[in-house]
Amino acid sequence: MTAITTRIALAALLAFAAAGTASADAGATDGATLYRTYCTQCHGLDGRGNGINAEALTVQPRNHTDRVEMSARTDADLFKAIKHGGKSVNKSVLMPAWKAVLDDAEIEALVAHLRRLCCTEP
Amino acid sequence: MKHRNAVGPLLAALLHAPLALADPGALLESQCASCHELDRAAWEARADSREGITAPPLWYAGDKFRRDWLEAWLQDPARIRPAGFVPADHVRATPEGDRVDEAGLPSHPALPAADAAAVAGHLAGLRPLAAQLAGEAYEPGDIALRMGQMNFGKFKGCDGCHQDEPGYGGLSGPELYTAWRRLNPAFISAWIRAPQAVDSAATMPSAGLNAQEAHKLANYLRAIGAEDIP
Repeated sequence: MTAITTRIALAALLAFAAAGTASADAGATDGATLYRTYCTQCHGLDGRGNGINAEALTVQPRNHTDRVEMSARTDADLFKAIKHGGKSVNKSVLMPAWKAVLDDAEIEALVAHLRRLCCTEP
Repeated sequence: MKHRNAVGPLLAALLHAPLALADPGALLESQCASCHELDRAAWEARADSREGITAPPLWYAGDKFRRDWLEAWLQDPARIRPAGFVPADHVRATPEGDRVDEAGLPSHPALPAADAAAVAGHLAGLRPLAAQLAGEAYEPGDIALRMGQMNFGKFKGCDGCHQDEPGYGGLSGPELYTAWRRLNPAFISAWIRAPQAVDSAATMPSAGLNAQEAHKLANYLRAIGAEDIP
């Protein structure tokens, strides 16, 4: 089998595997994985608002482990902030709108993960 | 900040094989595809997961990169993304906040000049988005540096993830003070306006900018990058 043929076969296999996965778990709805990929660069690996970008930001990222702060936000507020950006909830423009990257199910998974970070994990 | 791969000499020796120069496409498949995705469908199938991804895809390399820059960079590669392609894979938590674990960042091997030219030439031909980018009505223009900087930082927040000069700006995205030298103008404009319209698996959020706003930012990258390059 040539390298190119192998590659095509692998690509087909990958596509098949991805399609199977998508139907099984409706995409990457694992909130922790999504949070790690998209949120930790600003909000930090532990969600404390101290990611690698934090020092460059004029407004510090929200500490997602702060129970008091996070309890003041409804799930709908959090969903809106993630989907449409900080500006949509009268917060910083530095929080981007993720609607072009994440679908509603993924954003819901992130909201659930935020609730775990702030209010259920020790 | 330059990073040489410890296996560079071995790779360089392999890359000297006659097949490499005769067929740069085969060289890409054998030497590059383990890190860089060359297949559009396979890349788009991975849109939901960054797991195992260490380098940017190259299936639209010719649409994205300037050929001359590619050829020079392949001979003398320097890091462009301060925290790697997937930052979370290269960050560690410290009491002072998260820090990039530079020791764990992958390096890119340097290619001999002849191979770099052959590979850059092949990559320049990978232009599946040519028709789309031809419709990108962007004419590079001038912008007052101060105004451009304010727009880039304070108004649009790009500096949260990107550096517009060494040491100034966020670390998760690629440095942008070299963007104009690296990237084709139409690609820059299209990417700023709607990254997912260029690459459906792009992780950069779309700011929903109109063409005029995107062009303004592109002109700023030109101003800080290299005004002498068209």
